[in-house]
Amino acid sequence: MNSFTQSLKQKVRRKEKIVCAFLTLGFPSLSHTKQLIRAFDKIGVDIVELGFPFSDPLADGPTIQKASDDALRRHIQLHDAFDIVKALRREGCNIPIVFFSYFNPILHRGVETFAKLLHESGFEGVVIPDLPPEEAKTSDKFFRKYRLAQIHLVAPTTEPNRMRSIVQKSEGFVYYVSLKGVTGVRKALPNDVASQVRKIKRLTDKAVLVGFGVSSAKQAKQICRFADGVIVGSAIINSLATSGPGIGKTVQFVKSLVDAAKSS
Amino acid sequence: MTKKLPDHLGHFLEFGGRFVPETLIHALDELTRAYQQAKRDRKFQAELKNLLVDYAGRPTPLYFARQLTKKIGGAQIYLKREDLCHTGAHKINNAIGQGLLAVRLGKKRIVAETGAGQHGVASATAARVFNLSCDVYMGEEDVKRQALNVYRMKLLGARVIPVTAGSKTLKDATSEAIRDWVTNVENTHYLIGSVVGPHPYPMLVRDLQSVIGKEVKIQIQKKIKQMPRAMIACIGGGSNAIGFFYPFINERVTLIGVEAAGKGLNTNQHAASIGKGSVGVLHGMKSYLLQDGDGQVKIAHSISAGLDYPSVGPEHAYLKKVKRVQYVSATDHEAIDAFDLLTKMEGIMPALESAHAVAFTSRYAKKLSKNDSIIICLSGRGDKDIDIVRHYL
Repeated sequence: MNSFTQSLKQKVRRKEKIVCAFLTLGFPSLSHTKQLIRAFDKIGVDIVELGFPFSDPLADGPTIQKASDDALRRHIQLHDAFDIVKALRREGCNIPIVFFSYFNPILHRGVETFAKLLHESGFEGVVIPDLPPEEAKTSDKFFRKYRLAQIHLVAPTTEPNRMRSIVQKSEGFVYYVSLKGVTGVRKALPNDVASQVRKIKRLTDKAVLVGFGVSSAKQAKQICRFADGVIVGSAIINSLATSGPGIGKTVQFVKSLVDAAKSS
Repeated sequence: MTKKLPDHLGHFLEFGGRFVPETLIHALDELTRAYQQAKRDRKFQAELKNLLVDYAGRPTPLYFARQLTKKIGGAQIYLKREDLCHTGAHKINNAIGQGLLAVRLGKKRIVAETGAGQHGVASATAARVFNLSCDVYMGEEDVKRQALNVYRMKLLGARVIPVTAGSKTLKDATSEAIRDWVTNVENTHYLIGSVVGPHPYPMLVRDLQSVIGKEVKIQIQKKIKQMPRAMIACIGGGSNAIGFFYPFINERVTLIGVEAAGKGLNTNQHAASIGKGSVGVLHGMKSYLLQDGDGQVKIAHSISAGLDYPSVGPEHAYLKKVKRVQYVSATDHEAIDAFDLLTKMEGIMPALESAHAVAFTSRYAKKLSKNDSIIICLSGRGDKDIDIVRHYL
């Protein structure tokens, strides 16, 4: 088993809650991305999910669509992701980073080459929202070869048998999609999140994190009562989009999420 | 060619499949099951047939284009008149079929994407027949260039939602329709308009459109007592072409798909995903795709909104790979000339999409003998394109 998976399992055993913070690579700039990852490391964020901007982000709502468009207009490319993480690792920033990307950029580069580049750059894993397990058989092999955790998603509509097989395949953690819909800030989350997460937890001792729609410290705290942690994306991107050139406000916001999650 | 494709995961060799967010897998499984049952259900098939005959106006005629044949000089040219279908294009065949399935699934609402607006109109029409509410996503650019169809959809009681993301055309309308479906998957059926998207759509839409080719098979036997030499259809996503070709896949007939070359294949403004693209994944399927070095999807261009799509149905990718269908292209300019030619020769105004097939035929028929015959799938009528043509000619 992957060491990243193991370290998250240990946190689960210690009942230590896990916060995964999403960033769109190059939004609002590459230097922001780098500074934010450093800052997240210092304030106790457990995992950074680094999103590669894609021209056609099917699973994303308007917030991340806009951030992706913005990054692409400034010609963010795949090698920027590798360069940034390499540089961070060189300076000793060791926060686990997983790569989030739609499948096409990965396929286009060649899955094996891509896995190798991710591994060499210092990534721990990969989340591909449009690659369900049926289509992931060949890529699984390459990600395993390069010791990258391929994180699979479980949705509210996933049937029990399928849930069991996805949970088994998922490395790193299990990503539970809290709602039917695309990413984006929501005021309230569906009522069945707790019962669904409990179902998953009965199937595995891997960490189970809840994402999609999680947008406030209060929600983070609520979710961490039954889940092992939260993934926050659009709320962070929103904060970056509205808080001017500095990263201070966004870091403060993420700090509030971390504090809420860890105190639950 | 005898192997039944796609396989149970929706693959046509390496193409097709299901590259979608997990949330949709359940709905795709449900749709696949419902379709498999409906296929064997005599009552469903009879109901579909009745609607196609009494409502959509099938069978559509196979017309010998005497003047066009004479003008071009060469093979005898026949037109499969899908332009005479109710609502003006082959799109209604699929919309009626999927509408019936939506009812069977107990869905109360359909969402659709549209480029030229023909599929949007067909969906809005099917929604009336089956009493469903209907939302149609349409790129802002297309809303402008196909204003007539936008108004038709509104008259039919559908809501047309302009999409302002990305290239503001069919690609982005499709993404937005899928996002809507992910959100409202419980009460909504996604009525996809072409042989694209995740399994089972490429198979489902192909089967529903195959009525075109099945009719041609009977009609051409009656007229010339033999197989045609060639069959030619335009390709955006590729639904009229697949429906036209599929019953002839195992026959000795040359099958030719015509992509949109836009302003030329050597410019950046075309929609020839088979001719100039490479293997990629978009909208839930693996197929040929126009993309840059980082795997970002490129913006397609065609004068015809219905061909303005950077990818193509996975079965076409497969048919290209196994060399069963030849894929060629025609430019914006050639399509306009062909529109004019068919109008002047036969008194038939083709949709600019179908005009691409006419354009290629006008080059190709010359090379064949008078004993050969060619059938063009005239997938739609050109009323919707009058403003564009007026601007051009």
